[in-house]
Parts: sequence; structure tokens; C-alpha cells
Amino acid sequence: MAIHHRAALAALAMSTLLSTGALAESHEMALTGDLKIFSDMSNPAPRAVMEGMIDRFGEMHPDLNIELTVIDREAYKTQIRNFLTANPPDVANWYAGNRMAPYVDAGLFEDVSDLWEGDMSEQLASTKGAMTLDGKQWGVPYTYYQWGIYYREDIYAEHGLEEPQDWDQLKSNCQTLLDNGIKCFTIGTKFLWTAAGWFDYLNMRTNGYDFHMALTAGEVEWTDDRVKQTFANWAELIEMGAFIDNHTAYSWQEALPFMVNGEAAAYLMGNFAVAPLREAGLTDDQLGYAQFPAINPDVALAEDAPTDTFHIPSGAENKEAAKAFLKFVTSAENQTLINAGDGLGQLPVNANSSVDDDEFLKEGFETLSSNSPGGVAQFFDRDAPAEMAKVAMEGFQEFMVKPDNLDRILDRLERARQRIY
Amino acid sequence: MAPLPPSTAPRPAPGPARRSWWGRNQIAITPWLFLAPGILFFAVYVLIPVFQSFNVSLYDWDGLGAAEYVGLRNYEEMYYDDAFYTSLRNNLIWLVLYLLAIPMGLAIALFLNQTVTGIRIYKSLFFFPFVISQVVVGLVFSWFYDPSFGLLNVMLGWFGAGPINVLGDERWVTYGIIAAGLWPQTAYCMILYLTGLNAVDPEQIEAGRLDNAKGFRMLWHIILPQLRPATFIAFVVTIIGALRSFDLISIMTAGGPFGESRVLSFYMFEVALSEYGFRMGYGAAIAVVLFLIMLCFITYFLWSMYREERGR
Repeated sequence: MAIHHRAALAALAMSTLLSTGALAESHEMALTGDLKIFSDMSNPAPRAVMEGMIDRFGEMHPDLNIELTVIDREAYKTQIRNFLTANPPDVANWYAGNRMAPYVDAGLFEDVSDLWEGDMSEQLASTKGAMTLDGKQWGVPYTYYQWGIYYREDIYAEHGLEEPQDWDQLKSNCQTLLDNGIKCFTIGTKFLWTAAGWFDYLNMRTNGYDFHMALTAGEVEWTDDRVKQTFANWAELIEMGAFIDNHTAYSWQEALPFMVNGEAAAYLMGNFAVAPLREAGLTDDQLGYAQFPAINPDVALAEDAPTDTFHIPSGAENKEAAKAFLKFVTSAENQTLINAGDGLGQLPVNANSSVDDDEFLKEGFETLSSNSPGGVAQFFDRDAPAEMAKVAMEGFQEFMVKPDNLDRILDRLERARQRIY
Repeated sequence: MAPLPPSTAPRPAPGPARRSWWGRNQIAITPWLFLAPGILFFAVYVLIPVFQSFNVSLYDWDGLGAAEYVGLRNYEEMYYDDAFYTSLRNNLIWLVLYLLAIPMGLAIALFLNQTVTGIRIYKSLFFFPFVISQVVVGLVFSWFYDPSFGLLNVMLGWFGAGPINVLGDERWVTYGIIAAGLWPQTAYCMILYLTGLNAVDPEQIEAGRLDNAKGFRMLWHIILPQLRPATFIAFVVTIIGALRSFDLISIMTAGGPFGESRVLSFYMFEVALSEYGFRMGYGAAIAVVLFLIMLCFITYFLWSMYREERGR
């Protein structure tokens, strides 16, 4: 197998620094000096993954002195501005899509299009669009994950329900659950973005991927009738009482117990919700994954799959080594390794990697690679500019509590759109 | 330091003509030398940033790229910004209700100003909330208010009142956070009054008693006038505390639901510095407005202090 062959070569190169075959291009010369990496992979599992990657990369380049600084994931989001301007590392974590735009526009991220020429564009085709702004690539992805409806299979079975295939079935399922005193969906909107997940899916299912992208790019008015249709669909669920009460008081983690205790039957969430649900005692027999069903049969299905990335700040000192590291991160064997269940437990970005043997990863991979013909979106707050995302997500939350305020909310969003874009 | 060797030569008499520049100006310069570090740091960390904020508020700037001069447009936008008025309204509610800490602190101080066994323990227990971090206060109160398992709703249940989602309901949220803030602030005012009560002149109380004053009249006419310095300090710290109410909001609601619990300082942070905030200019404009509000109070405090000093 190609992977084994290359892994063996890597082992050889480790000791002898041979420059042959597939490794020739990336390891032509021995890398020296310092490589400073700032990372937001601060949770225990990602941190171990990051440290493992650096160990392996360090073994391949013994003369390179790698310095890793891990910053708390939330704090990183505000600190990145300071260190990119004042004290840029050679490699930094960030997110794909429009989230890169402020730094790209300010010239703080290095254009790495040359890295993408050839093999990489083929192997990373699924995420290339998300890394592209102004026709150039500004970094590389290292992991992504699917969103979808995670539901309690046992509760569905108990009430004779099946995975919803279309919008009507989703609503009739929901009505059955409500009649039995169970909420259809849990959600915690205290930090707003969870509501944006709902908007993404409802809008992509109602109006399609292209419309959704045009909306987040500021090309469509928020007061457009098509947007109102999305909210009308959403209102159907809200008025049924499909969501748990008092969701404004909870974070996404605080909303998990409702599903664990069986007070709510499903959760529209990213794949990262699986780990805490398992830890809380749900087995894979109790837990199922369903793709969000079609609403408007005329639009192609599209999915959210947020991508996490590595970038080279334009102020980096050792760009040579940084590029080699980015290449190493996206290589097929490294992708298989770091995204496995004992690592990040997410989807590899390289098409030549293998997906870990996990029910949800396999289903998610299936959904994204063959059942998302419309396109793959990042996530509302990564597709829309930061300011618009903030204002809009507040509107979504308000709408979920007071659906009657819709017109006022949309007017506000439209005013914001005119100001921001 | 080694002691100076005893000088053998007779010292020249210090005639006025031969005094050094330092010797002549020592008296005038010394105070400024002592003040210099303070002035320097105050200028670098307070005065200059104030003017910088004024300046930045005239630009459209994301904190990264080039700043674009927009004149007063940030202020014009603020004029039409609903979120700004929500924050301003909440700031006023904070200012008014936070002052409740003063009478509450006084009441507790009067209650604790007695000698019974273990009074020191009671005093420390009452003072305890001021010692713990605001973050902890915020967390404790968010659990207290939690709509599913919070103690508040359990207690309301005893009286048959329905569960209320204090922090998730835009009508209650600001009051809920202020109640949390009053807990440590009351303790602070209490300690100020307890020290004040120590200094109350027993002879005046004695004289009041002879004139048949007791209860509320005693408090109002004899005790309170003597507590004026304590009241003044309590007023100052409470007003400033109300205007700085940032940490509790950040911990308990992050400004939500849909921005209804924001105050100006939190809104400024959100607009300029938070995850989604890239508008340094607009943030600075909010900061300027907040500064002007504070300036009113500061002027009042300085003026009344000045009057006090002159009155002596």
C-alpha cells in the first residue's frame, strides 16, 4: 500500500535524511533554526495530538528547534490579533472561511498558494474552497467535522419513530414526542452560535447552498421573502414547542443533560457532542446520527463542516520550516493518525487518508463526501463577517424566544448588512 | 553603605553665593521628584490613553489594518443604535439600584455593632462575599437562578410560584445580575460603616439620650451625621462599582439574552475586543461616552471633597 510504503520511507528518512521518492520535495534540505508554533489546541486530546505531531516532525528534522506555545482555545480568539502584529510565530492555528478575512485583508497571513500546487490541491480538494480568498490559499486545514442531528435511537424506537426523511416527517416525529412529554430538540443558546447552526441548516434546506452563501456574503437583503420563508419554517418548530424551555440560560454543554436524561430526543450539533454524550453514559446503541432532512425538494442538500486550520503569519521568520510543517500536517498518513478516535476523533482532510472505525465518523464522512451535492459550508460565524455574525446570531436567539418580533429583527439585520458590507 | 569617613579638613562655610543649583531649589523640587513616578505612570496609563481613546473614536479601524478617518460618524451611528440605548438604560438601572448597598450595609453594620460572644465570626461571615472573587459570585448566582435545578425556583415552588428563568428572560436579567452584585457590595459598605461606628462619639449619644432621643431619631440626628465620611466613601465606591459592572455580566450572561443585559463597558468590550469585535473606533466612541458619564460623578466627588476641605 502506498501509505505503508511512504511511512516506511519516513522512518528511513528519520535516521539517514535520505532524499528519495515522495519525500524528496518536502525534505530536500535539512531544516534548521527555530520553528515557533502558537496553537489553540488546548483541550487534553487536541493538545496530545499537537504534541505528538511536533515530536514526529522533530524526529524528521533533528536540527530544527521547535517551540510550541499552547494558548487556551477561547483566549486565543482575541490574542491572535496581538501576536500576529507584535510577535508573530512561524505557524499559527485558526479557522477557515471568512474567519480568516480580517487577517488576510490586513496582510497578516502569508499566501501559501505555492504549497497547494500539484498534489495538495487534489488530495485536499474538499476543503480547498474554504481556504481560498481572493483566488489564493492562505493556510492548510488539519481537521474538520460534520454537523447533523444526533438523536436517541432508543427513544425513537420506543415511540415507533424513524430517522426523518423529509420536513413533514421531522415535524410529525416531533409531534409524537411532544405528545409523550418529550421535547424534540435540546439546545443552549446562551453563547448564540448554537442557534446559528439551526439557521444554517434551515436556510440551506429552504433556499439552497448558493443562496446561503450569497446571504452570508452580504449580497441578499435580510428582508428578502426567501429569508422570511426560512424563518417561517423555523417558526413552525418553535410554535410547536419543539425546543427545550429556557434555552437562553444554557451553554451547549449545559443542554446535553436534557438529552442524556431523555427529556429531549435530539440535538442539532457538531460531531464534538458525541464524546461528552458517550461520557455521560449513552452507548452507541442509544445514539444515532441523521443527516438534516430535505425541506424544499428542489434544492440540493448541503452541509456545515467547520474546518480548523494552520497558517503562516506573514511576519514569520522561518517560513521554510513552516511550509514543511504545513505539508507534513496535511500528509495522508499524518491525517489518518491525528483524526483517529484516540486523537481528535474527527474527519481527515486528505482524501487518501482512512477514516477511523467509528459509527459517527463513518456516517459523517459518508454524508459529506457523497450526500452533500449542494456544497459544504463552514458555519455561520465563519462564513459571514464577524460583525454580521454577532448581530445576526443575537437576532436568531431573540427569534427563538419571541418569534413575533421577526420583522423588527430582520430590519435590524438589514441595517447592519448595509453598514457592514 | 559604608559610613562616611570623618572629615579632617574644616568644612567651608556654606555662603549663599556658593550654594549649588540643587541647594537653592531643593525645597521647590523635592515634592515634584517624589511625585514624578506617580505622575509618569498616571500619564502613561491614564491620561494619554484617555486622549488616545478620543482620537481612535474618530476612526474606522479593525485593530489590524489601516485606520480610516471618519469624523464623528461613530457617534452618529451610536445615536441610531438600539443596543447602545439598551446598554445606557441598564447602566442607569445599575447606578440606581446598586446604591441600595449603602442602606443595606448600614443596617447590617448597626445590627453587628454589638458585643456578643462570637461577634467576630459573624462579622467575618457577613464580610465573606466581598473577599471571594466576582467570578465566583457570578457562578454561584447563576446556579442559584438556574431554571431547572436552581435554589431560587425550588423556593418559589414552595409558594406555588412558577419557575422563572431569571438570566434567560430579558425582563429579569439585569435585576438578577444586580442582586448578585449587591451581595459583595453590601458587605463592602458594611465594613465601611463598622469602622465608622467605632469612631462615633459616646458623649454625643449620651447627650442625645438625655434629650430623650431614641430609635430612628437617634440614628438620623446623632449617628448618621457622624458617619458622613463613611457614607461618602461608600457612595463613591458604589457608584464606581456600578459603572464597572463588567465581570458579573460577562460570567453570568455574556450580555444576553439577545444583548438585553449589556452595560456600556460590556458593549464596548464586545464591539472592540471580543471574539466577533473588530471595531476599535466604535468601541472607543462608547468608551468616551462612558468616560463622560464617569466624569460627571468624578467632578461631583472632587467638588464636594474640595468644599469639605475648605470648610475645615
